[in-house]
Amino acid sequence: MFPILSKKILGPNVKQFVLQASAIAGKRKPGQFVILRIDLNGERFPLTIADTDVGAGTITIIFQEVGKSTFQLGTLAEGDAILDVVGPLGKATEVENYGRVVCMGGGVGVAEIYPVALAMKQAGNEVISIIGARTHSLVILESHMKQASHKLYVTTDDGSYGFQGLVTGPLNDLIADVNKKVDRVFCIGPVPMMRAVANTTKTAGIPTIVSLNPIMVDGTGMCGACRVKVGGETKFACVDGPDFDAHLVDFDLLVQRQRMYHKQEKLSWEKWKGIHENRIS
Amino acid sequence: MAKKIVHEAMAMPEQDPQERIYNFKEVPLGYTPEMAIGEASRCVQCKKPVCISGCPVGIDIPEFIKLTAEGKFIEAYYKVMEKNVLPSICGRVCPQEEQCQAPCIMGIKHEPIAIGRLERFVADYAREMDKMLIPERERRIAKKVAVVGSGPAGITVAGDLAQRGYNVTMFEALHMTGGVLGYGIPEFRLPKAILAKEVNVLTQLGVDVRTNYVIGITEMIDELRAEYDAVFVGTGAGLPYFMNIPGENLNGVYSANEFLTRANLMKSYLFPQVDTPIHVGKNVAVIGGGNTAMDSVRTAKRLGAEKAYLIYRRSEVEMPARNEEIHHAKQEGIIFRLLESPVEIKGDKDGWVREIELQKMQLGEPDASGRRRPVAIEGSEYSFPIDTVIMAVGQGPNPILLNTTPGLELNRRGFIRADPVTGATSKEGVFAGGDIVSGGATVILAMGNGRQAAGAIHEYLS
Repeated sequence: MFPILSKKILGPNVKQFVLQASAIAGKRKPGQFVILRIDLNGERFPLTIADTDVGAGTITIIFQEVGKSTFQLGTLAEGDAILDVVGPLGKATEVENYGRVVCMGGGVGVAEIYPVALAMKQAGNEVISIIGARTHSLVILESHMKQASHKLYVTTDDGSYGFQGLVTGPLNDLIADVNKKVDRVFCIGPVPMMRAVANTTKTAGIPTIVSLNPIMVDGTGMCGACRVKVGGETKFACVDGPDFDAHLVDFDLLVQRQRMYHKQEKLSWEKWKGIHENRIS
Repeated sequence: MAKKIVHEAMAMPEQDPQERIYNFKEVPLGYTPEMAIGEASRCVQCKKPVCISGCPVGIDIPEFIKLTAEGKFIEAYYKVMEKNVLPSICGRVCPQEEQCQAPCIMGIKHEPIAIGRLERFVADYAREMDKMLIPERERRIAKKVAVVGSGPAGITVAGDLAQRGYNVTMFEALHMTGGVLGYGIPEFRLPKAILAKEVNVLTQLGVDVRTNYVIGITEMIDELRAEYDAVFVGTGAGLPYFMNIPGENLNGVYSANEFLTRANLMKSYLFPQVDTPIHVGKNVAVIGGGNTAMDSVRTAKRLGAEKAYLIYRRSEVEMPARNEEIHHAKQEGIIFRLLESPVEIKGDKDGWVREIELQKMQLGEPDASGRRRPVAIEGSEYSFPIDTVIMAVGQGPNPILLNTTPGLELNRRGFIRADPVTGATSKEGVFAGGDIVSGGATVILAMGNGRQAAGAIHEYLS
């Protein structure tokens, strides 16, 4: 069992847990994830580790409630425990001093780009971050990102906060500045955002890394559910990734495979909601 | 006095095929005590028993059969347990027809003694009578052994060394112990409750079991070596192969590992009572001819497939699956498409599988495995509609532990290079056995490896 030491609500349907998981905390590097199973009937699903405290033996996970499992997770409180947590899975993000890097996070993907930005800054990079959300209330970890970056841009789709528009707006401006070269871009967020960023940087010839989030079961290479196509080759995101060269990723396939259980997920969510609606906060 | 020879083995009652394709309950129902005595009495108790030589763990087969014939079922169970701590499992999933039963003298003219069914009977009897043996620890040895993986090889090593008095910790990456016995072999062949009880014997022997713990990730082999006096690696094969044909990433294409993991480990046949979904559809094609293929196709049938096809590129003679599994699959209405191989999987605009294109094959000269090589017949391609495709075409070594363990030598196929007798690897104090050494093999071979490695580890630490 993995006890929840603290719970925080970061925004509408966005929650943060600090979990006691010392073995995982001791090994985790930026970019890695855990697989959780809430209870005996639960499914296994991946969540990126947003932060760790090695001394306290804790890991931080941040998640958006989108379906049955994440809503159920959100009903757990401090003092409750998660049945199974395994990790840290996946290859760590390759951290080195690239020079000037742009770290981009969209929605709850900000929780995943935060450790990357922090590591890049510590490695001596000049870190410019761009985080985006649909609306102001969904902007998370702004102060964390400020600390992890030399400069931070915030965008909202509806213009309720920061720059109005998509994260590619500030990115285009950065690329357009001929005096300052962008050496590398790291981007984590919804597929349309990662695809748009990949298209932008491809034209500009800037190496770009995205973190992919296909459906997973075991997370250790055993099942192959997380197949993605990169540069024409099939890879298992759990052991070959989750970081991949954005310019080589087949995003259409990623979207297609993410939708595989769309019907069942809906059924499962509606069944749960029918019983537990009053528990959703 | 010469005993009257009974030619045929006692049949074991089975669930009716028309009934069982709608449930996940076990297919063979097991012997009654009378049946067990009847079958055991067929054994002629050879002075030089050849059956033992066919058993990878060397069970004293004639003795346990003799005790069974005398109605001393618990004693017979104890006799088996001297060499095999997992008799309920082995009695169900070992290929006895190729092992202990193959050399049986009775089998020359008649049917061999049904050793596997008897092993299963005595183990089930003891468990149901609540007489499961918790072997005494011989003594306490102040030495620690880490066992990586809780499949057949790991369980055997852990059990053997705990019994000898070592402090054993067994690490498992998944949330449940048993390895392939848990995620791979379906409920209708090996009920999970029986697996849990048999693994529980280890816990009672003092083995510390840690699930959700991936060696090579959560902790490295070199770190284990610093903390433990010896390490055994039995992580299994665990990296599914695909065929590299067009369409394999369509929705509705599974590796057998994923399909079986969803169905078995995650119990998705109970969806939506459990959260893990599975996709089956009306027409399912399983590619392959091994036990994993049989397990997959029979699972698909139970999950509601109207037509469940088994597609294999050679003929039935070359199939690596156990005869019993092939027989059961046929009884259950599985459609065998032999000497055919897929060349392409075709999908619709949303990326779902719709059709499979097969090519007919003929058998040529024997290949390195001794089986006749399938040769494609040009121009024989044809397609038919399909909703789900399951690839059961073998597995490679899982990279996690191998990539993070410097100095661990691999063989040409990428599996761990280990001494065939002792399991010793290129790293001092690290032993290995089971599928991570041999590639995909059987439960009992992995257990045989484990038994030998446990002996070697004991010697190494003495």
